[in-house]
Amino acid sequence: MNGGRAVTVCSSNSSLESNLEGLAGVLEADLPNYKSKILRILCTVYVLSCYAVASCHTMNKLLTPCFFFCVSARLLPEKLTVYTTLVGLLNARNYNFGGEFVEAMIRQLKECLKVNMYNEAVHLVRFLSDLVNCHVIAAPSMVAMFENFVSVTQEEDVPQVRCDWYMFAFLSSLPWVGKELYEKKDAEMDRLLSQTESYLKRRQKIHVPMLQVWTADKPHPQEEYLDCLWSQIQKLKKDRWQERHILRPYLAFDSILCEALQHNLPPFTPPPHTEDSVYPMPRVIFRMFDYTDDPEGPVMPGSHSVERFVIEENLHCIIKSHWKERKTCAAQLLSYPGNNKIPLNYHIVEKLQLAQATEMLYMRLDTMNTTCVDRFINWFSHHLSNFQFRWSWEDWSDCLTQDLEKPKPKFVREVLEKCMRLSYHQRIIDIVPASFSVLSPANPVCIYKYGDESNRSLPGYTVALCLTIAIKNKASNDEIFSILKDVPNPNQDDDDDEGFTFNPLKIEVFVQTLLHLAAKSFSHSFSALAKFHEVFKTLAESDEGKLHVLRVVYEVWKNHPQMIAVLVDKMIRTQIVDCAAVANWIFSSELAHDFTRFYIWEILHSTIRKMNKHVLKIHKELEETKARLARQHKRRDSDDDDRSSDREDGPLEEQIERLQEKVESAQSEQKNLFLVIFQRFIMLLTEHLVRCETGGIDVFTPWYKSCIERLQQIFLQHHQIIQQYMVTFENLLFTAELDHHILAVFQQFCALQA
Amino acid sequence: MCSGGTLSILRSDSYVDLSQYRDQHFRGTRYDQERLLRKSCTLYVGNLSFYTTEEQIHELFGKSGDIKKIIMGLDKVKKTACGFCFVEYYARGDAENAMRYINGTRLDDRIIRTDWDAGFKEGRQYGRGRSGGQTFLFFFLFVRSEMNIDKTTTLEEVAMVKLFSASEWRATHRPHGGTESLL
Repeated sequence: MNGGRAVTVCSSNSSLESNLEGLAGVLEADLPNYKSKILRILCTVYVLSCYAVASCHTMNKLLTPCFFFCVSARLLPEKLTVYTTLVGLLNARNYNFGGEFVEAMIRQLKECLKVNMYNEAVHLVRFLSDLVNCHVIAAPSMVAMFENFVSVTQEEDVPQVRCDWYMFAFLSSLPWVGKELYEKKDAEMDRLLSQTESYLKRRQKIHVPMLQVWTADKPHPQEEYLDCLWSQIQKLKKDRWQERHILRPYLAFDSILCEALQHNLPPFTPPPHTEDSVYPMPRVIFRMFDYTDDPEGPVMPGSHSVERFVIEENLHCIIKSHWKERKTCAAQLLSYPGNNKIPLNYHIVEKLQLAQATEMLYMRLDTMNTTCVDRFINWFSHHLSNFQFRWSWEDWSDCLTQDLEKPKPKFVREVLEKCMRLSYHQRIIDIVPASFSVLSPANPVCIYKYGDESNRSLPGYTVALCLTIAIKNKASNDEIFSILKDVPNPNQDDDDDEGFTFNPLKIEVFVQTLLHLAAKSFSHSFSALAKFHEVFKTLAESDEGKLHVLRVVYEVWKNHPQMIAVLVDKMIRTQIVDCAAVANWIFSSELAHDFTRFYIWEILHSTIRKMNKHVLKIHKELEETKARLARQHKRRDSDDDDRSSDREDGPLEEQIERLQEKVESAQSEQKNLFLVIFQRFIMLLTEHLVRCETGGIDVFTPWYKSCIERLQQIFLQHHQIIQQYMVTFENLLFTAELDHHILAVFQQFCALQA
Repeated sequence: MCSGGTLSILRSDSYVDLSQYRDQHFRGTRYDQERLLRKSCTLYVGNLSFYTTEEQIHELFGKSGDIKKIIMGLDKVKKTACGFCFVEYYARGDAENAMRYINGTRLDDRIIRTDWDAGFKEGRQYGRGRSGGQTFLFFFLFVRSEMNIDKTTTLEEVAMVKLFSASEWRATHRPHGGTESLL
């Protein structure tokens, strides 16, 4: 069969039907000889959705021509019904083809569920449902499958997220097939829906506050995703299952399709829950617009209309399919079918959560979750940098009358700081009106305490001068050490001759001087760190030493947060400081003033990520070495020659043992890092709560909101790692004695995978 | 759309593909160079302003991942900023995202271009062109005939993307002196 003759689905709907008909005819004639090829071609059209690409390592194991097709159904979701129609037409002409296809799809569904590919599985279920509309699958057997899905909610001792998924798979297929199933099996469907209702009533929703973007319910409540979908389905049922948005080409072929023989789905038992099962986490539906927002355009479907659900699903799929090609993605989004019937721009903006409605988001900053504010800051500053920083700042002058810690002025400050990073200080001063100068970022200059003659009374001043000259004359590490020997230790009366102990003054003089000399650029500073690495390592050998180095870095560069961030990053990577030291430094009293600033959290999360990557890297090394050993054994076994076998194993086995220790030590360091962070949060928050309680003041200050949401952010951004150490955290830190405000965060997090 | 067409659309990752440019000073075969380019974590960034700082580059390119190193391009004679730099990431995936989302956007009000680089070697931070460049039009015509330019690409894009490549090409045939910034 000529590949060029393959699937030709026209872009123009008016000839869609004739093309489908023609295609089915062409394919059917070739079926006996080219069945596998046809399947392969049909499915290659699907296979390259972004989900498949993202998980293609797993998919490679499962791929066969038949599987290709089955893996599909995610790709061009608005075209899902086109392909089901095609399958329907083929089935009408060739009953066996239909049967094989359905079987292959069921196999694929089972595989997806086994390997935790739940998003793919939802789409397969939807595809199967639509095959009912195309007379390929008999409605009663589909209802039976859904009965098995819903009965998962009766299973005991399984995570709620497991039941949630099966419920979601059932409900989210109903926009496509609800009408047909209800017409054929109304009693059974009513029973299913009532079981659904009782499940949804009894399921717990502790996780919801953690996931919401806004802390207020006006103007748009943020519903938990299953609740929202249930409302949409209830409304759909009330409307007698009339769904108007989905394109249904099979309607045009009804006369052919209704003659087809249908297949019964084999009884489908959901694979049991295992320890390795990881289900999708719950979501909160983000809403920003409603029908009042585009009065001149087509009406936006209501938040509980099923059309809203379908549109959002489809847009989500388009973005996921085309994320790598930004121009294609934009084109696909804008050419979404039916784009003249819905206010597409608004849907897209809501889905992308971008703020063309920056204004709207700005207005609601007071109740916006801190992490979302971060994203808004990043997006908005980046956006401005592409448009010469043009903005009507005066529109936001309401923020100037507020306390600087309040969300709106804070937001503007952070945006201006980020804008400065993408340009330069004077530029920012020039682009904002004079009234905004109070929110402008500081000039990012270095503060050298030994710089001025007037500071000559400071202890260490003369050594600093000495050091400066020495470094400019390309002194070696040894020369630096000998100069530093002269620095007295304010902590001790008698100097310890057995080497360097923690001497804060030494650290101060050295780090201040070096950073000042290297202040010109990042590269200069990095070179300095590299050149004098030995000195750093020695001075910062103890935990206190590490902490003090960080303190001095902050003192020198507090006007230039970006510099602080890159220096901290470099110092971790070159092991001058460790991750725990950075965590302790962030929670130290010296940084209390900057605690709610964005850059602090960027540093902390970057530190956690480095720790995580480190663990993964060593783990990978260990696995690779184990694999090498296994291959060596295999070779030996097949050689049937046990001459030097044991001796050869030796070095590899030793390496494995060493790596094993390294992994354990790294994991221990990782767990400790989180312990430090959580412990410090608890201390800080408890202090605040106690103070408020005794003072009789309201707990919910801007600082408190920021802090508690930062704690939530730790959980959410690093949830996979944290899950590994849950038992420790629960036993050591998040015990019942903890203030309920803090414990609630932990409980909400646990609820996400419960 | 025929299956071939759909296939290519859905598998497409065109922003990450190799460009036409190959470093003429590369020591090794074309094949070697392409192999390195496909594994590389290093990007060449062109059309920077002379005033663009390492800090600005770090802020923008840091959005797609952790940066290992930035090397500013210098005029070989004057040792001043020369309008290009190299950005090296720790992970290839982060460099790919930079190609997808940062290439073709603005830094310091200029549209910058990124391209894969086979890996920084000492000496490559110096520009290779010579001062007193040829006109824009000449470049465009020359370059269009030299390379296969996609007809849908706009003139401005061609100019931006290929102009520095052309300059580099031209420069490699007469390699000495500094290179002027291209626009």
